Amino acid sequence: MPREMTGAQIVVQALKDQGVDTVFGYPGGAVLPIYDEIFKQNDIKHILVRHEQGATHAAEGYARSTGKPGVVLVTSGPGATNAVTGLTDALMDSIPMIVLTGQVPTFLIGSDGFQEADTVGITRPCTKHNWLVKETDHLADTLHQAFHVAMAGRPGPVLVDIPKDVQFATGMYNSPEEAEELPYNPRREPEDDAVMAMVEMIETAERPILYTGGGVINSGDRASALLRELAEETGFPVTSTLMGLGCYPASGKLWLGMLGMHGMYEANMAMHGCDAMFCIGARFDDRITGRLDAFSPGSKKAHIDIDPSSINKNVHVDVPILGDVAETLERVLAKWRARGAQTRRDRLAGWWTQIEAWKAIKCLTYKPSKSVIKPQYALERLEALTRGRDRYITTEVGQHQMWAAQFLRFDEPKRWMTSGGLGTMGYGVPASIGVQIAHPEALVINVAGEASFMMTMQELSCAVQYMAPVKQFILNNERLGMVRQWQQLLHGERYSHSYSEALPDFVKMAEAFGCKGIRCTDPADLDDAIQEMLDYDGPVIFDCLVEKHENCFPMIPSGKAHNEMLLGEASTEGAIDVSGSVLV
Amino acid sequence: MNALNIPQGSTAHSAYSLRPTLPEGEERRTLAVLVRNEAGVLARVIGLFSGRGYNIESLTVSETDHASRRSRITVVTTGEPAIIEQIKAQLSRMVVVIDVHDLTMEGPSVERELALIKVACTGEARVEALRMSQVFRASVVDTTLKSFVFELTGAPDKIDAFVELMAPLGLVDVSRTGVAAIKRGPDPM
Ligand SMILES: Cc1cc2nc3c(=O)[nH]c(=O)nc-3n(C[C@H](O)[C@H](O)[C@H](O)COP(=O)(O)OP(=O)(O)OC[C@H]3O[C@@H](n4cnc5c(N)ncnc54)[C@H](O)[C@@H]3O)c2cc1C
Ligand SMILES: Cc1ncc(C[n+]2csc(CCOP(=O)(O)OP(=O)(O)O)c2C)c(N)n1
Repeated sequence: MPREMTGAQIVVQALKDQGVDTVFGYPGGAVLPIYDEIFKQNDIKHILVRHEQGATHAAEGYARSTGKPGVVLVTSGPGATNAVTGLTDALMDSIPMIVLTGQVPTFLIGSDGFQEADTVGITRPCTKHNWLVKETDHLADTLHQAFHVAMAGRPGPVLVDIPKDVQFATGMYNSPEEAEELPYNPRREPEDDAVMAMVEMIETAERPILYTGGGVINSGDRASALLRELAEETGFPVTSTLMGLGCYPASGKLWLGMLGMHGMYEANMAMHGCDAMFCIGARFDDRITGRLDAFSPGSKKAHIDIDPSSINKNVHVDVPILGDVAETLERVLAKWRARGAQTRRDRLAGWWTQIEAWKAIKCLTYKPSKSVIKPQYALERLEALTRGRDRYITTEVGQHQMWAAQFLRFDEPKRWMTSGGLGTMGYGVPASIGVQIAHPEALVINVAGEASFMMTMQELSCAVQYMAPVKQFILNNERLGMVRQWQQLLHGERYSHSYSEALPDFVKMAEAFGCKGIRCTDPADLDDAIQEMLDYDGPVIFDCLVEKHENCFPMIPSGKAHNEMLLGEASTEGAIDVSGSVLV
Repeated sequence: MNALNIPQGSTAHSAYSLRPTLPEGEERRTLAVLVRNEAGVLARVIGLFSGRGYNIESLTVSETDHASRRSRITVVTTGEPAIIEQIKAQLSRMVVVIDVHDLTMEGPSVERELALIKVACTGEARVEALRMSQVFRASVVDTTLKSFVFELTGAPDKIDAFVELMAPLGLVDVSRTGVAAIKRGPDPM
């Protein structure tokens, strides 16, 4: 039965009824009534961040590692504007998130009131949808609809802006079942014809590849399980985007590693040379395609995606399949099995011989060192010493992020949280906290660069407050490494402002925050130091001083095709030409 | 442009068409977008076009079903066919959008626009302006000794042509509604 409540009570009740257990937030004048209701209850845990951007990334980490939406509560004006980066990040990476913002009272809207900002206007392009609620009677329905929109179809962030008078006034509360439904129901089941076309492609493919992405993770654990069945039963090679890592196990025998700009040689060569490409929940991002007119020129392409605007956006596909990954794979597998589970086994063997030859190049080879810690070595050791544990990895943005994608191995979905589409430095620290809050017993490590780390490191104070034992594993090259690499390749080694010249002492800083600080400079000490980090029951800042001028390879230079990849310490002179240099 | 070489996908039905020809490979399409009329809906649609760099040649909007609070937006846009497909996909995935129809591609449709055209002139020019307005079946909705305001309804090309003819006669101002369009025949949209 609908019940009368204040707007603030409605907010808390709606969150409870939506199954929310955690809210990441920061209070202020325009949300005080809601904070008052939060104070009076114990079902929902509120995590006090140190900056609203931190709340959004923490919520993203929570969401990506659980499959549930992340919830954020912030005040009007600066609280809302500080949330914009996280909203945009979540939109780009298809992360479900509900951001609740306070707003000045309705009668002050438009008057340049204290801490007034046009929040719905500012966030319209960086949300899937947003609402300004002007009447308490509409609040419950809107909140339930917001959860629906965040999760339905391609997931994404939504925002509900709630003026303070609406929080104080009373109105009717509807439960999720009673609430008015929003007629927004993206299609999940694929068309039979499209399924059939994909089955035929499977049966006739001679040089196939499964190009999988974040959509498999979005679709849920069943999608990953079905993908594994499809791969094992067909024997097709599998590659993933940065966002898809873990949807197929890195220990699986069909795994080629990540593809794209900093992806594996074998994955990119297989994409280039395949005759049948099965894109499953990925979006042909420019980090993947390289030069569009030279992208996989000889292949027939199928694309499973729940978002019609992802299909045929960058690359024309022959078999578009609009639907959810799990729903589609289920039908494809059933149909294919019913028709005798045929593949061109005769041809696949030759394809695999070719792939093995590409693998033999060993594209991740780097020059080892006994005197300095190579970043790749640090990650190899981190991988070796954490293998077999239920381990969640977040990253910042830069070279360390790419090395983490190359050297850490994921066997399960939802264990890898990174800012892919927006590439937000500062994502990792709060995301690691969000993950840890969702999985208190798990090992959560943020692989960071020192520059990214400094963008949101104040959140360590939050980690300490909630006893979230996150490990901050900083590959400290004292450089904006990724920027420096591009300056080396593109700008004649003129390293304009890519040094971090006045870095803090991270060990002392750790102590000042109440964390443990560990510094390691010698490869010989690395294993012990990592073990010390893993054994410590609490947040750690691990300052790993690494080679300063290491470049991240392999690399497809901007504007080049997959088969023009740079390997190892290859000559990078003139690797990017004029047309490539305008690309980012 | 000549009536004989109007490309497919063009809204031009008239030999009077004065619109510049589109760049090679681009087409002009009229889209009918049915939306739920909630706050900010127009800003959302316009923001989609400006944010993604799509063209808007004309855009009209009005609530067409007051009981269920539905509005109809008519957008005339130009672009390569793949971009137009992208525009339709981007529109159709918006939460406020109920339906998107490509009127140019989905069989014959009617397009009309209303224009108010102010012309200030005396003497021979005044007579000529009035004569032209009769040829175009424009009506005079305001008149002074020195001016007329003509109301003209028709396809955009017809209005273009009339405005062009008024220019040397003392054209002062033009106000146009933008295109409203509807499918021919008994089916909806
Ligand atoms: C410094 C840097 C370097 C990078 N280099 C690389 C690189 O070398 N290689 C690389 O791969 N990436 C790289 N990236 C990341 C890249 O920018 C993109 O974020 C990434 O490639 C996109 O991954 P995706 O295609 O899996 O799509 P996502 O962004 O994960 O999108 C998911 C797709 O799946 C669809 N989808 C969602 N849910 C479902 C569902 N239930 N069913 C069906 N479909 C669904 C969505 O509509 C969307 O089209 C880099 C990023 C940074 C910051
Ligand atoms: C918020 C933000 N600002 C700027 C950039 C551009 N950028 C990309 S990588 C990078 C350098 C990152 O340095 P660091 O965190 O130390 O990582 P490294 O590349 O050295 O591993 C910069 C500045 C970005 N991605 N995000």
